[in-house]
Amino acid sequence: MAKRQLILEDGSFFVGEGFGSEHSKSGEIVFNTGMTGYQELISNPSNYGQIITMTYPLIGNYGINRDDFETITPFIHGLVVKEVSTSPSNFRSDESLDHFLKAHHIPGISGIDTRKLTRVIRENGTMKAMITNLEYSIEEIVSELKNMKLPNDQVKQTSTVKPYVVPGRGERVVVVDFGVKHGILRELTKRDCHITVVPYNYSAENILRLKPDGIMLTNGPGNPKDVPEAIEMIREVFGKAPIFGIGLGHQLIALANGADTEKLKVGHRGSSHPVKDIHKNRTYLTSQNHGYTVKLDSLDGTGLEPTQLSLNDQSVEGIRHQLYPVFSVQYHPEASPGPEDTNFLFDKYVEMMKENYSKKEVELNA
Amino acid sequence: MPKNTAIEKILVIGSGPIVIGQAAEFDYSGTQACQSLKEEGYTVILANSNPATIMTDNTVADKVYMEPLTVEFLTKIIRKEKPDALLPTLGGQTGLNLAMTLEKSGVLKKYNVTLLGSSLEAIEKAEDREQFRNLMNEINEPVPESSIVHTVEEAVDFANEIGYPLIVRPAYTLGGTGGGMCYNKEELMEITKNGLSLSPVNQCLIERNIAGYKEIEYEVIRDKNDQAIVICNMENVDPVGIHTGDSIVVAPSQTLSDREYHLLRNASLKIIRALQIEGGCNVQLALDPYSFNYYVIEVNPRVSRSSALASKATGYPIAKVASKIAVGYTLDEIINPITGKTYAMFEPALDYVVSKLPRFPFDKFNRGDRTLGTQMKATGEVMGIGRNFEEALLKGIRSLESGTEELWLRSLVKEEKDVLVKRLKKADDERIFVIAEAFRRGMTVEELFDLTKIDRFFLEKIHNLIEFEMEIKVNRFSKDIVEKAKEFGVADAQIARLWGVTLDEVYEFRVQEKITPVYKMVDTCAAEFESETPYFYSTYEEENESIVSDRKKILVLGSGPIRIGQGIEFDYATVHSVLAIKEMGYEAIIMNNNPETVSTDFSVSDKLYFEPLTLEDVMHVVNLEKPEGVIVQFGGQTAINLAAGLERRGVQLLGTSLESIDRAEDRDKFEELLDELDLLRPTGKAVRKLDQAIDVAKNIGYPVLVRPSYVIGGSKMEIVYSDEELQNYLQKSDKVDPEHPILIDKYLTGIEVEVDAISDGETTIIPGIMEHIERAGVHSGDSMAVYPPQRISQTVKEKCLSAAKLISEALAVKGLINIQFIIRDEDVYILEVNPRASRTIPFLSKITGVTMANIATKCILGTKLVDLGYETGILPEQDLVSVKIPVFSFEKLRSVDTILGPEMKSTGEAIGYDKTLEKALYKGLIASGIKIPQEGGVLLTVADKDKEEVREIAERFDQLGFQLYATKGTAEYLGQFAIPVTKVEKVGSTKPNVLSTIESGHVQFVINTLNSGKKTRSDGFLIRRQSVEHGIPCLTNLDTANAILNVIDSTTFSAKPMTDKEVVVL
Repeated sequence: MAKRQLILEDGSFFVGEGFGSEHSKSGEIVFNTGMTGYQELISNPSNYGQIITMTYPLIGNYGINRDDFETITPFIHGLVVKEVSTSPSNFRSDESLDHFLKAHHIPGISGIDTRKLTRVIRENGTMKAMITNLEYSIEEIVSELKNMKLPNDQVKQTSTVKPYVVPGRGERVVVVDFGVKHGILRELTKRDCHITVVPYNYSAENILRLKPDGIMLTNGPGNPKDVPEAIEMIREVFGKAPIFGIGLGHQLIALANGADTEKLKVGHRGSSHPVKDIHKNRTYLTSQNHGYTVKLDSLDGTGLEPTQLSLNDQSVEGIRHQLYPVFSVQYHPEASPGPEDTNFLFDKYVEMMKENYSKKEVELNA
Repeated sequence: MPKNTAIEKILVIGSGPIVIGQAAEFDYSGTQACQSLKEEGYTVILANSNPATIMTDNTVADKVYMEPLTVEFLTKIIRKEKPDALLPTLGGQTGLNLAMTLEKSGVLKKYNVTLLGSSLEAIEKAEDREQFRNLMNEINEPVPESSIVHTVEEAVDFANEIGYPLIVRPAYTLGGTGGGMCYNKEELMEITKNGLSLSPVNQCLIERNIAGYKEIEYEVIRDKNDQAIVICNMENVDPVGIHTGDSIVVAPSQTLSDREYHLLRNASLKIIRALQIEGGCNVQLALDPYSFNYYVIEVNPRVSRSSALASKATGYPIAKVASKIAVGYTLDEIINPITGKTYAMFEPALDYVVSKLPRFPFDKFNRGDRTLGTQMKATGEVMGIGRNFEEALLKGIRSLESGTEELWLRSLVKEEKDVLVKRLKKADDERIFVIAEAFRRGMTVEELFDLTKIDRFFLEKIHNLIEFEMEIKVNRFSKDIVEKAKEFGVADAQIARLWGVTLDEVYEFRVQEKITPVYKMVDTCAAEFESETPYFYSTYEEENESIVSDRKKILVLGSGPIRIGQGIEFDYATVHSVLAIKEMGYEAIIMNNNPETVSTDFSVSDKLYFEPLTLEDVMHVVNLEKPEGVIVQFGGQTAINLAAGLERRGVQLLGTSLESIDRAEDRDKFEELLDELDLLRPTGKAVRKLDQAIDVAKNIGYPVLVRPSYVIGGSKMEIVYSDEELQNYLQKSDKVDPEHPILIDKYLTGIEVEVDAISDGETTIIPGIMEHIERAGVHSGDSMAVYPPQRISQTVKEKCLSAAKLISEALAVKGLINIQFIIRDEDVYILEVNPRASRTIPFLSKITGVTMANIATKCILGTKLVDLGYETGILPEQDLVSVKIPVFSFEKLRSVDTILGPEMKSTGEAIGYDKTLEKALYKGLIASGIKIPQEGGVLLTVADKDKEEVREIAERFDQLGFQLYATKGTAEYLGQFAIPVTKVEKVGSTKPNVLSTIESGHVQFVINTLNSGKKTRSDGFLIRRQSVEHGIPCLTNLDTANAILNVIDSTTFSAKPMTDKEVVVL
């Protein structure tokens, strides 16, 4: 494998061996502390444009299989690992990580001190970075990175272009795709929901025309403020059907109600983030993957209230509306990867849709 | 939710003596528990009969009872202390079983003691096979098809139903004692029969064999709010079929995808919730390598060996957190002590790989059955941390101290390939080396996979290492290759072997090329949060995180894995040394590799380097930290062995000098020293040629003690009584190496006395003298020791002191020195001098109240004993009599001869103390697991040389009302004196014979002695093993027998007629 380098906006650089694609690619560099689940992370649309550093040193051990994708096309811009496995071992393994990344033109770099890199990101915050060949000078790349503007159309890039249906016999859910993970669809199908996935810019009118029992606002990449059309849509559908938001969807609900979001210095990315439910006084371990967060004090007077906070930094992890059947979480109850401990939120959502339906029946009959 | 304020006083039960399956890990967890509870303001009462532990220090608990761990004694403690609660889940299986019996017998209810952590029902549901299976069925968790049997016939019936292979697991036994894999009816019958007799409830589980499945363990924790998390998952490199304690284990799992990981995680959490455990729990699972099918194998509703490992592997202190949970805290309230910023409610993220390797006792028991199965055989373990699997594995190999620092054993080089194949099929303790050797012979990963079922992931890694070996070999002094080698964790020793150069040459090349390691922190969170834990491991990468302070530092070397001859006692001394160094105002740095111990708890020292204890690894730390010096005298032979190399590389050794150590250890120099000091020693001579041996022995006069020079723990030492026996011995030790001659000493039968002294080179104090019950010839670690001495005069004591003083001054001892004497006719002969901490330091420290390791450390650092208020002398004796009773693990080690001799065989020790020797012995014996019956039978079968002596023993047993049985020779001899004795037929005769008599349960003791010559599979051997298999004490030394007799005598009242007071003239 050829020597390649990873250069960060702050001038830090690491030399390692390239794997995957031989392209040079830049993006936002982040780290993820999950010890398993690299396939899910690579294919998670929320990670659009990111160069992901895996803090666990051995990556690729169980190869890539046909089952564990979170989307059809991976959107990441690079993968940084300590060691990439050349001979994966697992009964489901179809190909090696190297092979997979090559096929999808994603560069990877291995053999670097990922712990040092993680500490750099922790101290200096998330920043821009590039995986490239050794022939380029560091100064050159650093100035290129500094001048580079990160895209703000990630949602457009990852969302479906046309609506599609995943049929079921249960509650009819409109899933607004900001870069939906298969995990969310899997949880809804498991509960026999009838799913209509619509593009991120689908209008409120069109959504309501589908007569949904519930609206699901999905995860997705980037800054929620980059999706104003969705904020508008949410305002219009608010109160018309139970809403469940996850990740970006959660942030959009906040923005739609007049609350604010901000970027975290270092995001929450990993499979072991404790979240405390304020009302139940119970803590859950969650799978998280976000760089932005809802500002706690901005919730005052919006009709929204916090339901869950991060145990470690008190950041907002869950909210609900005081009047409407609307709730959302910052983390990933659908897991994949990560703990499935908050999976019950999907049950709660289905329950909410059922209740709302019978309430409507009562109203109609009255 | 705040802590439980309804309770004030908590009783903690420890795990008792160290045996295979229950080692130092419970000292670590128990110590953490006690400290954690005290921290919360509770009064902690501790019961543990193991004096070698840190937890029995009076600073750890508020009150310590080193009493036998039996219901009788625990009840006494409860009656006296009236604790509000009992914490049963931190003292291993012993603590758990005891708590259950106390609860069941109504003792806890009577005294209003609440059980903390787990309820009795929960414990029973997890421990009782049938209840466990029912629970698993209820919650829909799969368990292998199985049947609970109480008879051999039931087992055979079940086998007829589902076929072979099967696994037998006896209920309620430690480390799977008595279990095993069976491939046919004969094996099934034998193992079941054995298992039923070992199970306290006569119950075995016969189970479908799922050998070949991946064996995965989850360490889980749950609080009263039903919040449950996984601290660590671990993957056994050896698939199901080998006890996890004997397997190489890695953390985290390496071959599980996220789905598999969470499938098993969900199952584990479901189980701990169903059991409603408030605290830690270990779940063992088997996963089909070809599907998502899995089985739950076992659940331990308590802190376990694996949880100690998980704590060290992740940095998450499970026992500490579990104790807080037991008193009412919830996970989201407890601060993660590693980061100090985040909470205990999280699952640690590792950014390194951890390997655990078992340490086997077969260097001592080379005739034992070395095959691995469901019965644990390892005495200890080591852990290696690296940034890749190879580095972690090779660090583990180096830490084992099994005579190699790499995946290479000299003894395998000559082994035929078909032998290797056989050994791959049926795993033994050297399996990992056999795998490496098989690759060297050109075998492929696929071939090895077929033979071992070890996941290809691991085999590939080992294969790569072996292939890389060739690259190293042909690229002598290549910087690139050495860099790569170091990243893989390859030791200098391996490079030196491959290049055919010395260790120092490789080291110098490396230093010159600046190929040195950096240190990374173990922080539970993969650097996501800033941490300040002083817990480090080395690796070859860019950034070093171990910031060197500007304080003066002292480096203490630990003692590595627990093995026979080097147990938890050395960890005790190490920890105390570290604490003393801190007290003295230095920064105390420790290096060790044993995950079970207190010394590797990062909160003990100022800085912990979890590293192998080889010259190379120690030098790296020395080069970085630049300590004032290194202390080697507390880490047993492990640390002492490093002294010469360290000095050669210019490292300052603190304490007694290397030259002095050498003068004590080198035979010739030692003799010169004693002659110079005019001290007595048994006459002896070193011989370099075989033919000289017989002449020398004749000159000295039989019996003689023979051994190779430079021996450790008495290995290969024997007492021989004749030319013939000597010849036998010499034949076995193939050839005499002129470098290491054979030593022949007069074997003196006197009272053996042992002294541990502290000296600063000027003043020498003896905190206590210990007298051995067994005459010289039994290894001091295997003898019962008594303090204060009962049979020696003041003059003799003075002589011991004067000898200790002379030797300490001559050797300029700084710190501890251990001297063994033989007392004969008021003369004091010096047997052995060890200028370092000995096995008896914790025992003596506890019974005399003198914190010996602490004072010794101060001497090492320059404090004068005079300034501490001491003057040369023996410190005043205590009123209580204390005894140290050795504890063996023979029932776990098939085919190991139980005869006591100069080679050490015990794995642990128990203490007994009371007003009289008999009472102390009674307690000690009970604590060591020996039952003291008031009546029953005794089987005598002794060597001719012992017959005269056994006569009195026989008479006394007879008078106490015991039935005597004896084999032909012994019976005939005793018959001459009209002692009523039933003759039993020898081994192999029709029943009833000697073996069936033992089996029948008619006898409570077997007394068996033998002539030298160690015939394997002799009748005596079979008799001794038969006793062990049936849990009957087999006394192989007449002094032991007499001591027990005295105890029985003092606790029994026999009916005696009035005798006439007339003098009988014979």
